[in-house]
Amino acid sequence: MTAAFEPWNETRGAEIIAEHANQEGATLVILHAIQEAFGYVPEAAIPMVAQALNLSRAEVHGVFTFYHDFRHKPAGRHVLKLCRAEACQAAGGDVLAARAEAKLGVSLGSTTPDHRVTLEPIYCLGLCATAPSAMLDGRLIGRLDQNRLDALVAEAQR
Amino acid sequence: MSLRLFVSRDAGAIAVGADEVALALVQAAATRGVAIEIVRTGSRGMYWLEPLVEVATPQGRIAFGPVTEADVPSLLDALASNTPHLLRLGATDEIPWLKRQTRLTFARCGVIDPRSLDDYRAHGGYKGFERAVSLGPDAILNEVTASGLRGRGGAGFPTGIKWKTVAQAKADRKFIVCNADEGDSGTFADRMIMEGDPFLVIEGMTIAGLTVGATEGYIYIRSEYPHAVEAMNAAIAAAKRGGYLGDKIGGSTSSFDLEVRVGAGAYVCGEETSLLESLEGRRGIVRAKPPLPAHHGLFGKPTVINNVLSFAAAPFILAEGAKAYADFGMGRSRGTMPIQLAGNIRHGGLFETAFGATLGELVDDIGGGTFTGRPVRAVQVGGPLGAYFPRALFDTPFDYEAFAARDGLIGHGGIVVFDDSVDMRKQARFAMEFCAIESCGKCTPCRIGSTRGVETIEKIINGERVAENLALVEDLCNTMKFGSLCALGGFTPYPVLSALKHFREDFVPAPSTLQAAE
Ligand SMILES: Cc1cc2nc3c(=O)[nH]c(=O)nc-3n(C[C@H](O)[C@H](O)[C@H](O)COP(=O)(O)O)c2cc1C
Ligand code: SF4
Ligand code: FES
Repeated sequence: MTAAFEPWNETRGAEIIAEHANQEGATLVILHAIQEAFGYVPEAAIPMVAQALNLSRAEVHGVFTFYHDFRHKPAGRHVLKLCRAEACQAAGGDVLAARAEAKLGVSLGSTTPDHRVTLEPIYCLGLCATAPSAMLDGRLIGRLDQNRLDALVAEAQR
Repeated sequence: MSLRLFVSRDAGAIAVGADEVALALVQAAATRGVAIEIVRTGSRGMYWLEPLVEVATPQGRIAFGPVTEADVPSLLDALASNTPHLLRLGATDEIPWLKRQTRLTFARCGVIDPRSLDDYRAHGGYKGFERAVSLGPDAILNEVTASGLRGRGGAGFPTGIKWKTVAQAKADRKFIVCNADEGDSGTFADRMIMEGDPFLVIEGMTIAGLTVGATEGYIYIRSEYPHAVEAMNAAIAAAKRGGYLGDKIGGSTSSFDLEVRVGAGAYVCGEETSLLESLEGRRGIVRAKPPLPAHHGLFGKPTVINNVLSFAAAPFILAEGAKAYADFGMGRSRGTMPIQLAGNIRHGGLFETAFGATLGELVDDIGGGTFTGRPVRAVQVGGPLGAYFPRALFDTPFDYEAFAARDGLIGHGGIVVFDDSVDMRKQARFAMEFCAIESCGKCTPCRIGSTRGVETIEKIINGERVAENLALVEDLCNTMKFGSLCALGGFTPYPVLSALKHFREDFVPAPSTLQAAE
């Protein structure tokens, strides 16, 4: 399952911003909504958010860059997140992360050159009793082992 | 008669195939012409048995697990014809791992349909709220204080005192904020209760609102928990429809409303003032205290901010009385703690029990040792800012003060188990690295010190001037401890120093002369 994102479109962006702008403390809410629609937060959206919320461009940019979730550019067609926190380390996560990197030929935090897969670290999915854990495009996977990881990587590369 | 089955919709169960099992049950039932009804519950917390399938019988629920898709046809045949099955675990309530617990907060989790307000009410839901309404704010405060409840987010601050401070503050608006950022590795109790018994969180926050005179609340949930976000939103909508949120809630004269806000992948936003900044739409930079959030919190207004489990304990305390809660526990740690057993563990999951069980009991006896079957070498208690304990400290009782006395903390109640293949240098390095990644940047010792820490530990790993660099790390830890505004920089030294102290042999290779003498 690939999340289908719309291409950036200013009118659509303005609509999304207007939809949430009257909430208190709306900056994160809006950035999330933009990313949900377009798959990332386009540079052009930042001044629009600033204007709608009566903030400076620098303030909104500061918020955007502070949080790990917000993307500067579109991710690959599939996003594979591997949990790199302690409970998953204890259950063999280090070896699996290295294996995923080797299979995909990229390191955690980057996208394959063919733009199919973005491989990312995540710090705990709350599945620590069935570690190691992963998430492929929003789908949760527990008790990851070599076979399951290989299947996930293959699925992501399709 | 139709078979009534229960399959968890908890994210941890879904991650190991609960959705596929539920679907396979529906399909197998259709081909066999067996009438079934599947209730998607929360999880019982026995994750090594997930996907768990339960069936209602006149004698109570019978459990089967762990069930795979391939097991479904034979399981359904056994259920329909009432014949034995290999995966049968017996009556769920009699499973020793569940029976040994004292489930006050998690009593309904895994039992009820988390989407159903009626089911919640039928299982004692809103009893605490009703008693709270009849008691009024002062008497509620007395109950919460007398229960001895301490904040379950990590710091263990008395909840009654916090609520009283906000109750006494004068303001045109007050807020109730639920900290559902649960960033600690090895913890998932907040997630489980939000997914498995979301009305409990709503009821607890509503009671807090009644007590302090707040009519608005926010639940700040980390973005890594989409299932919890969905569950809380569904429950809030149902509570609104049922008259338990909004104006004149539950037939009282009070109003209370709630909204979910989603974090954006910053660990530090679990720190309460950082969380408030984030809720206000800003960078999650930690605020200096004072002023306390109780006086000057969200949007500058008096604010109760508590962990999910702190709110979730309130309905029981109000319904059954402070004493019923305080009767459990030891010393100044009263009541129960939902302990989370995680990492390399055989019987991982949620174990709610009175304070006082020893670490050894929890890890070896209840947790069943490691999943890999190798010896347990180290456990990290209390998340990424918690200390690593060796087996030599397994007599430590699970209690705030007992852990503090041994330079550790219980934090949010997570225990992460490592077997003897662990390299403690790597764990110490990771503690520093995590601090560097997640630092809000306000204090130099945290922001820069953590990066220096990573570099220095790397030198130790590479065998460069080990003694000198170990002294440097210790020195750095002291600077971080005393020069950091919040516990991210201030407590990162705990895992690092505990690794150095209890697992010295990993850092300093045994001198060859000694080896030769042996
Ligand atoms: C870096 C850091 C992260 C924290 N993360 C959380 C968290 O995820 N959840 C939580 O409830 N408290 C967390 N806390 C503790 C909160 O600051 C605060 O003590 C808590 O929300 C108070 O609620 P309580 O009294 O009910 O525990 C964190 C603290 C620090 C310093
Ligand atoms: S200790 Fe670190 S996270 Fe905490 S306020 Fe200072 S810089 Fe921010
Ligand atoms: S540490 Fe990996 S899921 Fe919690």
